[in-house]
Amino acid sequence: MSVMQISVFLENKPGTLKKMTGVLAANKIDMRATSLAETKDFGIARLVVDDALSAVNTLKENNFVASLTPVLAIEIPDEMGGLDKLLTVFDEAKVNIEYMYAFSGGSNKDHAYMIFRVSDTKNAEAKLAANKSIKMLTQEDISSI
Amino acid sequence: MERYYQKDIECAPYEEIRKIQSEKLVKQVKHVWDNVPYYRKKMEEKGVTPDDIKSVDDLHKLPFLSKKDLRDAYPYGLLGKPLKECVRIHSTSGTTGKRVVAYYTQHDIDLWEDCCARAIMAAGGTDEDVVHVAYGYGLFTGGAGLHGGSHKVGSLTIPISSGNTDRQIMFINDLGATILCCTPSYAAYLAERFKEMGYGPDDIPLKAGIFGAEAWSEEMRADIEKTLGIKAYDIYGLTELSGPGVAFECSEQNGMHINEDHFIAEIIDPDTEEVLPEGSQGELVFTAVDKEAFPMIRYRTRDICKLTREKCSCGRTHVRMAKPMGRSDDMLIIRGVNVFPSQIETVLMNNGYAANYQIVVDRVNNTDTLDVQVEMTPEMFTDNVGEIEERQKKLVEGLKSMLGIKAKVSLLAPKSIARSEGKAVRVIDNRKI
Repeated sequence: MSVMQISVFLENKPGTLKKMTGVLAANKIDMRATSLAETKDFGIARLVVDDALSAVNTLKENNFVASLTPVLAIEIPDEMGGLDKLLTVFDEAKVNIEYMYAFSGGSNKDHAYMIFRVSDTKNAEAKLAANKSIKMLTQEDISSI
Repeated sequence: MERYYQKDIECAPYEEIRKIQSEKLVKQVKHVWDNVPYYRKKMEEKGVTPDDIKSVDDLHKLPFLSKKDLRDAYPYGLLGKPLKECVRIHSTSGTTGKRVVAYYTQHDIDLWEDCCARAIMAAGGTDEDVVHVAYGYGLFTGGAGLHGGSHKVGSLTIPISSGNTDRQIMFINDLGATILCCTPSYAAYLAERFKEMGYGPDDIPLKAGIFGAEAWSEEMRADIEKTLGIKAYDIYGLTELSGPGVAFECSEQNGMHINEDHFIAEIIDPDTEEVLPEGSQGELVFTAVDKEAFPMIRYRTRDICKLTREKCSCGRTHVRMAKPMGRSDDMLIIRGVNVFPSQIETVLMNNGYAANYQIVVDRVNNTDTLDVQVEMTPEMFTDNVGEIEERQKKLVEGLKSMLGIKAKVSLLAPKSIARSEGKAVRVIDNRKI
């Protein structure tokens, strides 16, 4: 039940991120979540969008290097200890988190949404699916948020 | 099956070639003495007269010509024939900022085109081939040389010149072009474009390519051959000596045969100007023994390479030159170390990067900096920052071990380095010295 995240290579210089968002906007691609990993020399923009396949093709046509990476999108109750409960599941399954970022779910004020890139997506998926109190979002859920 | 344009001379025993060279040299020195006051003066200064030159063995007695001489004698100082007998000029691309204008009589054009015809047939060309000449036409010798050679072979010639890549691809496909002639950097660009458009090597009608006019690495050759599904042949030449075709590769692809019946090659120590024995690495020097209008004698090419007379299984007997590491003009001196762009290219391609790169040299706080900028490719990209940095580090280490100096590696967005249709601009030297 993982969703597809787009990873885009960006040169570390002014205007490159804007160039990318410009391409997405012009092609009516709606972003759900974004995060930016940066080094001294370059960056990787990570996006979850309504239509990952068309977004990645559009970016490639516009001379970006972009690839698809499976990530987990999880709905977390917006309450004390919400994230902790979820991480307990990861911990017990010995799943290593490579990176994570949060995004808001529009009108749904009771929940927060988080994207996780983990070492073993299949294993994490299975463990999360077995836990009734955790909701994983599907690609369709993402598109309809 | 090996094909030859002029088998008798291309495969003649060495003694016979030497005899021809000696006869032509004696005649040429007399011609220059009588008709080129500039060179006669140089001979007089060295105390040499035509009577001292009886065979190739006496070649070392003659004075050298350098690019500086060509500049000093510009425009007509080295002309060996009255203008009314000359039919054409060509000029260098001026990549090094010093233009050279060379003159040709009809005889000169003929022998040049013969040389190019030899190169085309050595690449498997026949009168049934379609030769796509994407070298620039005009002052540059690339277009005219291969065009003339293709005519001599009797191939159907497409004089498309450089530029408009999508039209090039259309012509290659629609007319079933079999031999592509252009600079290696443009061949790499065409290959990239073919791939983008979804053509695999089997979909492209080309079978061979003749690429020259700039230094390129074996790795780049392998890449072009794989993507276009061709055999890529190197060709060598200088405007000063006529143009492409001074030397060319045969099916063995192990060094380029120098057209020795027209051009006598020597290797010298660039500092002492001493002639070095066969097999030594040094500066390549040419004497054009057949050219009338622009008769270069002992012209210093500034190309660093080796010569070999080892038997070549293609049957040709003419001496072979190794691929020059690069023209000494291309050579950069960075922190006192000699660096050739072709060395950097080799490291890049060995590390999985494409041949789209640029070398930026600068001087910061009196220290030279070397920045190798290379485009990110889908093959080299991953979502993992650490992995990209690891590859970057490996590249820095590879450059260090090849060059002996530390270089910075910058990863650029795809297509951010301008593609070249002629000679690629690889080096940007911002040092103000």
